[in-house]
Amino acid sequence: MKLRDLLLETNSALTANKARSGLTILGIVIGIASVIAMVSIGAGTQSTIESNIEGLGSNLLTVLPGVQQAGRAFVSAGRGSAQTLTNDDAEALRSVSGVAAVSPEVSRRYQISATTGNNTNSNVMGAVPAYAAVHNVAVAMGTFITEQSQRSLGRVAVLGPTVSEDLFGEGVDPLGKTIRINRINFKVIGMLQTKGGSGFSNPDDMVFVPLSSMQKLLAGSDYVSSIAMTSEQKDLMASVQAEASALLTMRHRVATPDFSIISQADILGTLSQVMTAFTVFLASIAGISLVVGGIGIMNMMLTAVTERTREIGLRMALGAKRREVAAQFLAESIALTFIGGAVGIGLGWVIARLVSRLGSIATRVSPESVALAFGVAAAIGIVFGYYPARRAAKLNPIEALRHE
Amino acid sequence: MMECRDIVKTYVTGEIETQVLKRVSFTIRDGEFVAIMGPSGSGKSTLMHILGCLDVPTQGSYLLDGRDVAQLNDDELADIRNRKIGFVFQSFNLLPRASVLRNVMLPLVYAGNDPGTRSGLAESALRASAFPEQFWRHKPNQLSGGMMQRVAIARALVNNPSLVLADEPTGNLDSVTGEAVLATFQRLHSEQGRTIVLITHEPYVAEHAGRIIHIRDGQIADDHEVRQRRLVRNAGI
Ligand SMILES: Nc1ncnc2c1ncn2[C@@H]1O[C@H](COP(=O)(O)OP(=O)(O)OP(=O)(O)O)[C@@H](O)[C@H]1O
Ligand SMILES: [Mg+2]
Repeated sequence: MKLRDLLLETNSALTANKARSGLTILGIVIGIASVIAMVSIGAGTQSTIESNIEGLGSNLLTVLPGVQQAGRAFVSAGRGSAQTLTNDDAEALRSVSGVAAVSPEVSRRYQISATTGNNTNSNVMGAVPAYAAVHNVAVAMGTFITEQSQRSLGRVAVLGPTVSEDLFGEGVDPLGKTIRINRINFKVIGMLQTKGGSGFSNPDDMVFVPLSSMQKLLAGSDYVSSIAMTSEQKDLMASVQAEASALLTMRHRVATPDFSIISQADILGTLSQVMTAFTVFLASIAGISLVVGGIGIMNMMLTAVTERTREIGLRMALGAKRREVAAQFLAESIALTFIGGAVGIGLGWVIARLVSRLGSIATRVSPESVALAFGVAAAIGIVFGYYPARRAAKLNPIEALRHE
Repeated sequence: MMECRDIVKTYVTGEIETQVLKRVSFTIRDGEFVAIMGPSGSGKSTLMHILGCLDVPTQGSYLLDGRDVAQLNDDELADIRNRKIGFVFQSFNLLPRASVLRNVMLPLVYAGNDPGTRSGLAESALRASAFPEQFWRHKPNQLSGGMMQRVAIARALVNNPSLVLADEPTGNLDSVTGEAVLATFQRLHSEQGRTIVLITHEPYVAEHAGRIIHIRDGQIADDHEVRQRRLVRNAGI
């Protein structure tokens, strides 16, 4: 039997009952589409989060007070609950070899009002000039916190674009205007560029004041809530982290650190783990529907073998070998999964596009996930088609011919 | 050459054993035209299935061209059925989904002929069994019983088998078409030297053969040459 004949037979068998073939294919379409959509949503979310974290600053190390776990520290907003870090610690860290910049920070939420009468509740960040370099932020207009205003307890503020919009309205130049934070007036000296995204500490929605002003005028404490620092090179991160840890342990005169140093790599690593688990979870739920689709194929093929028992007997009587009978039924189930797989990949892609258009999740249909889905579809066709095909091939010709 | 030695065929249905063939022995030489006669249920079809390598005897042995069929594997049997034997089944057994032409081509599909040769052979087989050309692309369920019979005959002859086994091939035909089919068998036999085994319960049909084997209750009751053999003069198809 030639391949062309096999395909002809497959076509005529599958088109003989279009509704049944269609429904069976639909089962596979849904399975494959959900695998593709779920994997691409998972992968898209993962890469969005990773780029957000990278956007926080490169080669970044963050010193936090208290002992925290890498994964949890990032998620818990209540940093600074233990007060162990000081400006002097930050100053000392500058001497660690390989450190590019050090940015001690104090952040708290305050009610902020403008002379226009608008209010907003935002994060106020006490920052030093190095903050801009460490966290990759740049001003769109005016200046960032300067050395001078830092030294002179300047009552000046730099606004994130979202805060500026909330207080003064869209497109209004906030420079020179006055805002009130905790009943103290600050003069706006700059506005940041929009960074976009939905990072965890999104600078778009922050107000920056000099660290000294933050500590003396607003927070009333000399402690810092965190110290961010960057290393000169990526491969110096580990040594900087170790040296900084040793230095602070010595300065604090403690046996075990009363602070933690978290590197971006730690955060990325933890989050990637979480995200991979999440993607696998989504994919396996989708995989269940794929298995259900496969069972649909097996069900249809078993019915077909029973219905066409006489046909099988006839073909054998006319000279079909057992393996040719098996091939015919296997070809049918593989054709079903291939059609279902192809349509499912298309549908999954459309779903992924719709999700990225409607939601804020970026999705990515990777060639690997398409290959995986197709491989799984082919495997399902073979695995679930094998048993019915074998049943057909094992029939006794004369009994099959006499079958009613 | 077909040689049956003490063939017994027993069917088991639940607890009940029915012996359909009871120690049947005979030999059919190459080039013979044999009619098998007998009342309904006497085991004619069962015997033909064994002769056609579709079924195996419960006891005894069947030798086709000197080879014991019980010793052959499934693939060898499939090849013999495909190349050597042409079947006309009592109940036609046409594929409902396929057109007349594709039904006739089916044995050639498994013989591995290329499509061009296939349709040529199928068309001449359909012409030889006097099947009207305007129905070639119809499905079997659009045909009359007699037409289905002729499709079944065309399919049996399409692979040029050296052995033709026909189970009641004229059962559904009017006398004119029946004559035509008998003429075809006689021509295949006399001009091309093929072996023909024809099952019938009509003495008139059986007398077209050279030899008649009577079966009764699964045993050979009589086996004799036809003294006054009928010849179809009008071998018009
Ligand atoms: N698969 C089977 N299982 C049980 N009994 C069977 C089976 N096949 C045939 N028989 C029995 O064997 C007997 C002979 O059947 P067979 O078909 O050979 O008869 P036949 O001579 O061809 O009759 P007819 O002229 O009516 O076609 C019948 O009694 C039938 O019931
Ligand atoms: Mg019969």
